[in-house]
Amino acid sequence: MPIRGRAHKVGDHIDTDLIIAGRYLVTTDPAQLAAHLFEDLDPELRHRIRPGDVLVAGENFGQGSSREHAPLALVGAGVAAVVAASYARIFYRNAFNNGLLLLECPEASRTVQDGDELEIDPHTGEIRNLTRGQVYRARPVPPFMQELARAGGIIPYVRRRLGLEAS
Amino acid sequence: MGMTITEKILASHADLPRVEPGELVECRVDMLFANDITAPLAIQQFERIGVDRVFDPDRVAFVLDHYSPSKDIASAEQCRITREFVRKHRLPHFYDVGRAGIAHVLLAEEGFVAPGELFVGADSHTCNHGALGAFATGVGSSDLAAAMATGRLWFRVPHTLRFVFRGTLPRWVTGKDLVLRVIGDIGVDGARYAAMEFAGPVLQQLSMDERFSVTNMAVEAGAKNGIMEPDEAVLDWVRRRARRPFQPVYSDPDATYAAVYEYDVTDMQPVVSAPPSPANVVPVTEVAGVRVDQCFIGTCTNGRIEDLRQAARVLAGRRVHPDVRLLVIPATPRIWRQALEEGLLQVFLDAGAAVSTPTCGPCIGGHMGVLADGEVCVSTSSRNFIGRMGHRGSKVYLSNAAVAAAAAVAGKLVHPDEVVREPAAV
Repeated sequence: MPIRGRAHKVGDHIDTDLIIAGRYLVTTDPAQLAAHLFEDLDPELRHRIRPGDVLVAGENFGQGSSREHAPLALVGAGVAAVVAASYARIFYRNAFNNGLLLLECPEASRTVQDGDELEIDPHTGEIRNLTRGQVYRARPVPPFMQELARAGGIIPYVRRRLGLEAS
Repeated sequence: MGMTITEKILASHADLPRVEPGELVECRVDMLFANDITAPLAIQQFERIGVDRVFDPDRVAFVLDHYSPSKDIASAEQCRITREFVRKHRLPHFYDVGRAGIAHVLLAEEGFVAPGELFVGADSHTCNHGALGAFATGVGSSDLAAAMATGRLWFRVPHTLRFVFRGTLPRWVTGKDLVLRVIGDIGVDGARYAAMEFAGPVLQQLSMDERFSVTNMAVEAGAKNGIMEPDEAVLDWVRRRARRPFQPVYSDPDATYAAVYEYDVTDMQPVVSAPPSPANVVPVTEVAGVRVDQCFIGTCTNGRIEDLRQAARVLAGRRVHPDVRLLVIPATPRIWRQALEEGLLQVFLDAGAAVSTPTCGPCIGGHMGVLADGEVCVSTSSRNFIGRMGHRGSKVYLSNAAVAAAAAVAGKLVHPDEVVREPAAV
């Protein structure tokens, strides 16, 4: 199932405090977290995001704290995928563990403009910019991360490993 | 070809003779922990896995430190989830109000980490423990839940960057200044996915407390872990605390480093990170004169006894500027008591500072000193991102404890010599 949605651009080094501020980390509910998504970066941004939309970021997206509330807030807001030039490592793991698709694609990160209509094939990593008629190819997801993603994150993965769930 | 200390610890915990950077390995975890923000989600995920018990109750710790003592009903409910889980599973290593401190400082103090061990925590500053020669890294709640259930976790073996410090540390230049300078040089993603190995004769000039400040902030350069080879001072420190036998590990002389950075610290002066990035590092004299509203001495980075002593050296016989609030938060009950016994709390109270029970509170803009729009704080914490300590229009300068104390007295950023040079008003 391809992802199709509008691009919302953010810059380099967006930290997890900007994704979801520390003061809201008193719940684990994605919908409640989404109500404050990007509040300190741009208070209007969360109102522009529609379910199925794509976040397009620069370098080192998700730097800072280990709060898994950050990918949960993105999932809660309906963000279908993030395309960034690069990711901070804890955020990268957390996103896969919560079923949030991350693609690494410096070209898309540079070229896509705010509001562009994107279509993403999660399996091939092909990103089609329908607005500009361009195609970008994301770096391949490492095989182990693909396995984790196919399992639905680390929790179902561990359940399978422990024989608690059929593979 | 030899291996770095990081590679050796990962190899031994994966039961492999050697590992290479980039390789994925599954490792045994010696100890793990979560805090009151990350534990509820880890517990939820652990329960989804569906196992009856944690892999080893003796290797799991929970520390309520962020919003504890609870700041409101929502945070109280989060703490309750953790307390109930701890009781249900009869977990012995639980730290609640009164006995809790800031987890990274507390767990090292309590002997839960030792050289050669592998430690994970659902908190990004878990890299703190690398000062003991352990591999320690922060993970999210789901990864922690997986480790809680199985005692194992996967890692990508990081490449290692080596930072060598030589020379003599000038007065007021601390471990915090060294790590800020490194982050300023390589940037917030300069060590992304990497191990940062700190080395060189200057480390021996640093107290244990200062060494923790260095490894604590490795994550601010994007690193997976920060680490130091355990010297005699570390072994001595750990022997008095460790709960288990341990085996120190050292980098091989022919280990491979992706890069080596050499520093001579002799001409350094205290530095600050100007907002809104830990990598905006400048000598404090370059931003001298910036007016401040609040100063904060505490956190997992700089809330240890040595930090409080440095602050007291500046504050003794002086008063906090009338326009400034100074918050001092000793990181653990033991440090609090030691500060009391050494007369440091008296110095702080006489100066007009507020001294609080241990909590991470102000560092994450949670409680106990949230900033208003336009306010400026000089903080000994590790992050000065937009909105980190309060309103998105507030600003945070990161510094060592002496610089924060000097700013509290002067009402503006200054070199500590500017304050201490003046005769103390008794």
